[in-house]
Amino acid sequence: MSARKIKVLLAKPGLDGHDVGAKVVAQALIHAGFDVTYTGLRQTPEDIAQAARASGADVIGLSILSGAHLPLCRRLRDLLIEHGLHDRLWIVGGNIPEADRMVLRQLGYRGVFPTASRTEEIVSFIKENVQ
Amino acid sequence: MSTAPGKDKKAGAPARGGRPVVNESGIEIKPVYSAEDVIASGGIDPSLPGEAPFTRGIHPLMYRQRPWTMRQYTGFANAADTNARFKYLIANGQTGLNVAFDLATQCGFDSDAPEAAGEVGRVGMAVDSLHDFEIAFDGIDLDAITVSLTVNGTAAILIAMYLAMAEKRGYDLKDLRGTAQNDILKEFIGRGTWIFPVDPSVKLVADTIEYCAEVAPKYSPVSVCGYHIRESGATPAEEMGYAFAIAKAYTDAALARGLDIDAFAGRLSFNFNIFGNLFEQVAKFRAGRRRWGKIILEDYGAKNPASGWLRMIAGGGGFGLTIEQPENNIMRGAYYALIAALGGAQTMALCCYDEAYTIPTPKAQRISLRTMQLLIEEIGLTDTVDPLGGSHYVETLTNQMEDKIVEAMAWVDAHGGIVRAVSDGLIQAKVSEYAYQRQCALESGALRKVGVNCYVDSEDDKPNVELHPYDEMGALEQIESVRRVKAERDNDAVDRALAALRAEASAGRNVMPALMEAVKAYATVGEMTRALIDVYGRFREPTRLWPMVA
Repeated sequence: MSARKIKVLLAKPGLDGHDVGAKVVAQALIHAGFDVTYTGLRQTPEDIAQAARASGADVIGLSILSGAHLPLCRRLRDLLIEHGLHDRLWIVGGNIPEADRMVLRQLGYRGVFPTASRTEEIVSFIKENVQ
Repeated sequence: MSTAPGKDKKAGAPARGGRPVVNESGIEIKPVYSAEDVIASGGIDPSLPGEAPFTRGIHPLMYRQRPWTMRQYTGFANAADTNARFKYLIANGQTGLNVAFDLATQCGFDSDAPEAAGEVGRVGMAVDSLHDFEIAFDGIDLDAITVSLTVNGTAAILIAMYLAMAEKRGYDLKDLRGTAQNDILKEFIGRGTWIFPVDPSVKLVADTIEYCAEVAPKYSPVSVCGYHIRESGATPAEEMGYAFAIAKAYTDAALARGLDIDAFAGRLSFNFNIFGNLFEQVAKFRAGRRRWGKIILEDYGAKNPASGWLRMIAGGGGFGLTIEQPENNIMRGAYYALIAALGGAQTMALCCYDEAYTIPTPKAQRISLRTMQLLIEEIGLTDTVDPLGGSHYVETLTNQMEDKIVEAMAWVDAHGGIVRAVSDGLIQAKVSEYAYQRQCALESGALRKVGVNCYVDSEDDKPNVELHPYDEMGALEQIESVRRVKAERDNDAVDRALAALRAEASAGRNVMPALMEAVKAYATVGEMTRALIDVYGRFREPTRLWPMVA
């Protein structure tokens, strides 16, 4: 692996304003040595897909606490594929019940981090899964 | 009983031997306090409850006269379902309503807007037009029960809607009570339902204060929230200091309209958090009451002592609750309610034990209600006012917390004031940094959390989230309903009302009268929001992260 920093785009899709978690994760990733861009609140899936392509992110991370993760992640999956970003690492965190975790993995979100996940789990998952 | 601590020895209670004990606000706690500590920290405020600066309480008799109002946060799906839950809570002894709105309503989108897809009625009641309010409050006596609207970005619109609904039902607005959260500055710091840029957002708050002072003088148009700032990442002292900085910004904006301080200051209310160290929170409430009393009566020179009342809803404690061993949240809720009662809150709203991961079930809501009722009926919390007053520890801590609150306010002033600090994203970054430190402390075990990083039983069920099921049918019905309203109303009247709203906003005048007209014509939340965006624009969020502040 080169010395290039892993680039992460962290995004808050939808209307949910709970950004404590997203910003905590952003800081944990910065402290872990990643290059982190945070989009801010209320991004449409279209905004996020464009930002991901523009930033050349290796990792696209979503934070969703309102419970709307399934419709948002479905829509974003289509857009990420459209933008040729299928080979990036997609991860999602938030208020995600057990039953939905498998659905999200099947959609292509390889890392699913429900409430109460530790930031170090996210850091090591990214390190292990970004080539 | 499996109450044994975890296998790991380190999980037991920590030895405190020679190590200093420091509370979250940064005050070192002594092993024992005496009268000398009280004197050294500034002495005891000799005022009685009901006497300025109100350290011991804003009323002479407090709970002896009337126990705290119990106002659980409720609202989901559509107006009809919410109406039914309201009636359930009232039947169980709840004494105030606290309305939750869905995110589309809070962010200014109609239920049929593409942005609202998947969000209609999800985290609260969907409101598109006056029609929904007419259903939600049907059969509820607005004189007997006070209604609190938890809305901020679209607060001016929903206040207008509430007033119009009450007026239509024959209530005299001069006597109508109620509250709106309407604290937009804290939305930029935490919670996030901002819409317009900071300056016009504050202008809208001032519009509501000015309008209510004239038209509905008993209505509380603003509830300044330290609550969410604390959740987002602030110490108890900062929670109160930042809330006061925000309240002063609204006060200054109202004064700039030529209002007399006594015409509105008494209707400002506050919302504070109750999780954490019991004594620190109680001292926070006592110190905060005294500081706010001094700010309004001394700094602003209000003549009416009631203008300096720190009227507050204390509650929640959401951050304190855990998804791990969720039954522990019932006990946490009981201690938090105790804190609010010992702190002298007028109104209480407890987070339910399942609220860390879902919209509370009726059973969980009833447990929270019963928790508060137990304190009143069985535990003696309403027998005497300020029962901790005179304690060497609590009086010393009260003095020290007041100093810390003043310090937090000075930090804001040193960074250009709250409007500037919010516009620049500086305070958001500071709060986020604290949240990160708090998370690190939780993960390292430095901040102990029962069931999370200590006393974790191996046989515990893995934490799981149960979401309140999203009601697709209900959402479709709501979309149908708003379309029907749009088809059946007098659309020429709506167009005229929206044009008038734009004109008033462009001219920099108070938009409340125009909003009242638009609401009565059944203009929708989305339409009125768009009209205001046409004039004010949208907020662009600064997304820098502390400590990368330039």
